[in-house]
Amino acid sequence: MPEQTVSPWLWFGLAIGQILLITVVLLISIAFLLWGDRKIWAGVQMRKGPNVVGPFGLLQSFADLIKFILKELIIPAGADKVIFLLAPVITVTLALAGWAVIPFAPGWMISDVNVGILYLLAMSSLGVYGIIMGGWASNSKYPFLGALRSAAQMVSYEVSIGFVIVTVVLLSGSMNLGDIVEKQSGWFWNWNVLGGGGLKNLPMALVMIPMMVVFYVSALAETNRPPFDLPEAESELVAGYQVEYSSSAYLLFMLGEYVAIVLMCAMISILFFGGWNPGFPISFMDGWNETARSFVLFLVFATKIIFWFFMFAMAKAIVPRYRYDQLMRLGWKVFLPMTLVAVMLVAGWRVYGGAL
Amino acid sequence: MILQAIAFYLMASVTILAGLAVVFARNPVHSVLFLITAFFSAAGLFVLMGAEFLAMLLVVVYVGAVAVLFLFVVMMLDVDFTQLREGFSRYLPIGGAVAGLLTLEMIVVATTVASQGAASASPGPNASAGADVTNAEAIGRVLYTDYVYFFQAAGLVLLVAMIGAIVLTLRHKPGVKRQNIAAQTARTPATGMTIVDIKPGEGISE
Repeated sequence: MPEQTVSPWLWFGLAIGQILLITVVLLISIAFLLWGDRKIWAGVQMRKGPNVVGPFGLLQSFADLIKFILKELIIPAGADKVIFLLAPVITVTLALAGWAVIPFAPGWMISDVNVGILYLLAMSSLGVYGIIMGGWASNSKYPFLGALRSAAQMVSYEVSIGFVIVTVVLLSGSMNLGDIVEKQSGWFWNWNVLGGGGLKNLPMALVMIPMMVVFYVSALAETNRPPFDLPEAESELVAGYQVEYSSSAYLLFMLGEYVAIVLMCAMISILFFGGWNPGFPISFMDGWNETARSFVLFLVFATKIIFWFFMFAMAKAIVPRYRYDQLMRLGWKVFLPMTLVAVMLVAGWRVYGGAL
Repeated sequence: MILQAIAFYLMASVTILAGLAVVFARNPVHSVLFLITAFFSAAGLFVLMGAEFLAMLLVVVYVGAVAVLFLFVVMMLDVDFTQLREGFSRYLPIGGAVAGLLTLEMIVVATTVASQGAASASPGPNASAGADVTNAEAIGRVLYTDYVYFFQAAGLVLLVAMIGAIVLTLRHKPGVKRQNIAAQTARTPATGMTIVDIKPGEGISE
């Protein structure tokens, strides 16, 4: 947001301020999302879920936080100490770094990068390092097996995520996340999930709705969520790559996972559901105060993120875990050909469909 | 400008130090991790130069995929390092010669570029130097028009390499049980089960 016309140090300070603001807001919302997550599973399994700490158990996450921080951090004797401690930090840092390019509302983004969507893809694909390093540095077999599984899994599903992103980029004609959201303004049939670009592009909904589903499933796999939580697979590998982690280090892994999940929810909302566009023309807001307008649109975006987070939680509650060979089959034999065909169809539509 | 300068010196020195650490680290896993650091800060340098598209490709392709496989392989290797170190003096002359040659080449290229500018590879009619074109678009404009045959040829080489890798490693082992999902779901009680009437005291032969 800030232009380079201001003094560089002021600019630097402003950027740091924005980063801190987003990080703090994000972490506090994750505390409540985590609570919501547990309440949703509890509801599906006809339990009560956390209901002791604070009203409705709302402060459960903070109690957990204190518990994690006050516990002893145990480093296994044969572990590679530096990498062992670096791994959870990297997981969290990379997950948080992705938020730098997310447009929260008109003009509300830290960095308006031209290749924002590639940046997001890069950050989410780097998330695998935290897991591999943690699994290897633990110097133990179960974590290592978990790490190997996760490496193969995340690299595989990254491919289909990449191709789905290509279809969206083809529809929007831009890799700038702000532009992608801007293109989907107006009525909800401008959203990319319905083909983007109005009613004349509606046939593309036949391609984009499956692409949205592919993205959602791949996002589950990329963030190691059930039904694809094979890196952890507590029935086979105890807890996979995080067996040896305790205390704050484990907390950082969990936190990184949840930040990445919410980032994926934000990505689905931006790529397919119009980001901060409410789905109807917002020209009636023109006379409003700029900040109030942005804030309302931010709430719209937040609602979409929460909806997708609910979907993630439901997937965990309902779907049984995949077997590893089924996971690989789904990624390489189903999603990859599907997304490749979709890229071809969308590109063909853009060139010969006469719709721009 | 001062922020750019600080960022440049920071990332350039991290790149060089990480590059040195790749060679000097005792543990190969550490080497790969330093290599990743070097890639990452090199991507940062690309961003500083305004080539954000290249930077992101470097991160997605090299750091996100290639280096993961490096790490994957190196972690599973069980290398005896004392044995590796034994050949050091024997390989030093040839290794030194290659390193010297590369350094010489780089010095020649760098001084030529510094004195005469980069060789103008006659940018085709489609190359645009407009300031409003993002660099992904600028690359796309020349890549799919002027250099389309080179681009396709590179793609073909990669395809051949990919098929070659698959052919080299594909083995159909007999006796491996695989899941046939179609056959599995098509099973009915009629095909999957038989009812046998066993007489008392006889059991089932077969």
